[in-house]
Amino acid sequence: MRLIRVLQQTLSLSQSSGLMRRYFVVNGFDGALTMLGILGGFYMGNISNRHTILSACFGAAIALFMSGLSAATISESAERRKALTDIEQAMVKDLKDTEHGVAARWAPWLIGLVNGLSPFLISLTILIPIFYQTEQNAGSALITAMALGLTIMFLLGGFLGRIGGSNWLVSGLKALTVGVLTVGIVLFLDT
Amino acid sequence: MINLTRVVLDVLKPHQPGPIDFARRLAETSPGLVVNLLVIEMDDKTHTLQIEIAGPDIPLDDIEHVINGMGGSLHSVDEVQVENSTTPEQNGNG
Repeated sequence: MRLIRVLQQTLSLSQSSGLMRRYFVVNGFDGALTMLGILGGFYMGNISNRHTILSACFGAAIALFMSGLSAATISESAERRKALTDIEQAMVKDLKDTEHGVAARWAPWLIGLVNGLSPFLISLTILIPIFYQTEQNAGSALITAMALGLTIMFLLGGFLGRIGGSNWLVSGLKALTVGVLTVGIVLFLDT
Repeated sequence: MINLTRVVLDVLKPHQPGPIDFARRLAETSPGLVVNLLVIEMDDKTHTLQIEIAGPDIPLDDIEHVINGMGGSLHSVDEVQVENSTTPEQNGNG
């Protein structure tokens, strides 16, 4: 209960809910597009070995997680330290042991986790058809995974449109177009 | 027994938590507290508040602890009301 309260206070004081939502979508896009690109490459290269596909995609997913976690944590730590110093100067008081100090220490890690887990989990979701791939359905598993990736891109776009108050369908279709374009470029490069 | 039943405090706090959360957290300190919060001045990063707290027995030390915990500073206690809740029987005056 105490942990939940600390998390709630951290989110409230640092006002980072909106930022986390943006990071979730932006890095989720990165995860989905990266998987689409890699899976498209495997499809065009006619590589259907399950172990090879999973190793490459899992490696990329871990790299995206580490990149998202470290980039957001480092940049947000600097931002939060500066914000805390500004408030301390205005209050003429050391705030390290107050809720503001706790929020300044925790918020970068929470934001970093969202930034890292978003592409990682989305990548794993896209890879589900590959997990169940057999020798008989190798090609269709790749296509299903790519279709799943495009669906997730549509949903992320729709989610953005919904929270932005615009038409979620139009927003979803825009995101879907980016995904289709990415796959198209990958396929075009192979010709 | 002498109880503190009303105080008016001059408090400086950062913009977050907002006035409603701030007042609510103060009221949570002890049952029966009534908190009346007035924003006197709003600067770039701070709010200057006048907080009136009423209750059967105000725990002023706990109130100050909560204010400090939220990043605020108690600048002064501007008004005080105390009440002697001891009955004449308890006081031994018959």
